[in-house]
Amino acid sequence: MAIRERLSGNEAVATAMKQINPDTVAAYPITPATEIPQYFANFVSNGSVTTEFIPVESEHSAMSACIGASAAGARVMTATSSQGLAYMFETLYIASGLRLPIVLVNVNRALSAPINIHNDHSDSMGARDAGFIQLYCESNQEAYDNTIMAVKIAEKAKLPVMVCYDGFITSHSIENIMLMENEEVKNFVGEYNPEEYLLDDKRNISIGPLSLQNSYFEQRKEIADAMVDSKEIIKEVSEEFYKLTGRKHGLYEKYMLDDAELGIIVLNSTAGTAKEAIDVLRSKGVKAGLLKPRCFRPLPYLEISEEVKNLKVLAIMDKADSVNGYSGPLFSEITSAMYTSNVKVPTVNYIYGLGGRDVKIDNIFEVFSDLETIAKTGKITTLTNYLGLRGE
Amino acid sequence: MIEIRWHGRGGQGAKTASLLLADAAFNTGKFIQGFPEYGPERMGAPMTAYNRIDENEIRIHSNVYEPDYVVVVDDTLIGTVDVTNGLKKEGAILVNTSEPIEKIRKELSGYTGKVYTLDATKISLECLKANFPNTALLAAIIKITNIMDRETLIKDMEGSFKHKFARKPEVIPPNMECLTRGFDELNGGE
Repeated sequence: MAIRERLSGNEAVATAMKQINPDTVAAYPITPATEIPQYFANFVSNGSVTTEFIPVESEHSAMSACIGASAAGARVMTATSSQGLAYMFETLYIASGLRLPIVLVNVNRALSAPINIHNDHSDSMGARDAGFIQLYCESNQEAYDNTIMAVKIAEKAKLPVMVCYDGFITSHSIENIMLMENEEVKNFVGEYNPEEYLLDDKRNISIGPLSLQNSYFEQRKEIADAMVDSKEIIKEVSEEFYKLTGRKHGLYEKYMLDDAELGIIVLNSTAGTAKEAIDVLRSKGVKAGLLKPRCFRPLPYLEISEEVKNLKVLAIMDKADSVNGYSGPLFSEITSAMYTSNVKVPTVNYIYGLGGRDVKIDNIFEVFSDLETIAKTGKITTLTNYLGLRGE
Repeated sequence: MIEIRWHGRGGQGAKTASLLLADAAFNTGKFIQGFPEYGPERMGAPMTAYNRIDENEIRIHSNVYEPDYVVVVDDTLIGTVDVTNGLKKEGAILVNTSEPIEKIRKELSGYTGKVYTLDATKISLECLKANFPNTALLAAIIKITNIMDRETLIKDMEGSFKHKFARKPEVIPPNMECLTRGFDELNGGE
């Protein structure tokens, strides 16, 4: 029986971690992820989990401890945000390179400078080539669901998974949520039995030795293949989760998209606000629709191209700026996928909400209004737009 | 959907009050949101918190710009913060104050909707011997918004307090007194 509750995003994720009861959690506090290790430390001291909790002195050490524990054969989780993820950077590549199924909860927050504690996606987008599967979450419910599924996805794909949700907007907002029973979660994630691990006394193996010109390339190709293969694993695990909970999670979610003329692509909590805007526009006869990627790694590039091909015009929204003289990361990757799939739809980019600038429903109306103009005139005046900038 | 904005000062419990209101509405079977607008968190600095309450799942994730109700936890904020900004005229504002309602209305930059006052600070000082006005204000806003009736509120909050103050049961009766007085001593509505 599902349990009706009201929890903040961080409480929901900490609850998921309690139900998963991983072997090891190593974490260092950073706003807005701090509450996760804080709640979890309580669970440890109250005896509601049997996890070995390692209160490390930095995020670099947090991921290093996770790597060590995971290589030893443990089921491992951690949480961080922003500068914390940036400080983990070199170890992220080691986690994926060693094919360790570590689950990292990243509560999305802007990067310094200027210093800012609020939400955008600069942190996880900065780590997009680190070999982590990345799952993005609109609500507390999705943060909870994805955290539970991440364990299973990581262990099947033999890749680390990053669960990303919006700092403060999701992490600190109380919302309704349906929790699973402890037993259900326990059975769903099952026992972790790695094929190869350092503490296996029957087999002497080495993890992470030097690998030069004659072997490094092949190993990197295996990681690339694992990321490709993870798509089917994500689908399978999500299907199993759906059968258990009735909550459907695909590689992406569509909202009023199939007959839409004007479409937007956006990640995380803004997708909810966009759905509200779309309902209003639909009631006025505007054929508006949304595609919300759940997976950014792997990027379902063929599927997304196929879904948007009948639109008259598309806006891709980025809560991160690549500062590359061109566009945000989501725009670059999806338009590139559209090009290689021979999908030609006029597409514009919106950089929005940096540093926690509130995204109002009016901002979404503004995007759709621009799209209507482009659809009518066929002309794109500005390719990369900065939405909700003061003085505009 | 009902949207509520709370204005308080850091340390006065506006955030807690918004979370308690979310709890109360949740307990009546509603969908809720409760969240503060985090800024530099300093004692005494103006801060804002929000609630949304609806029959259906709440998908919007922005701050509240056109609230149905506003609660002002500290009347010295009026004039410093534009507390009626965007407030719907069919809505209402509740102010924690010892001032007469007419004086407060004059200070609300021409707001034409309903104005309520409650001397929640006095109630708190008398019941709790300390200034924690949010329990009394919570009862008052629940009365104004009609989220639950007096009897249900008392039963519901008694349960919450028993859980929250499990180790200090002696503080439950004075908090319950704050709650009932907040409900009963609400002024205004014109």
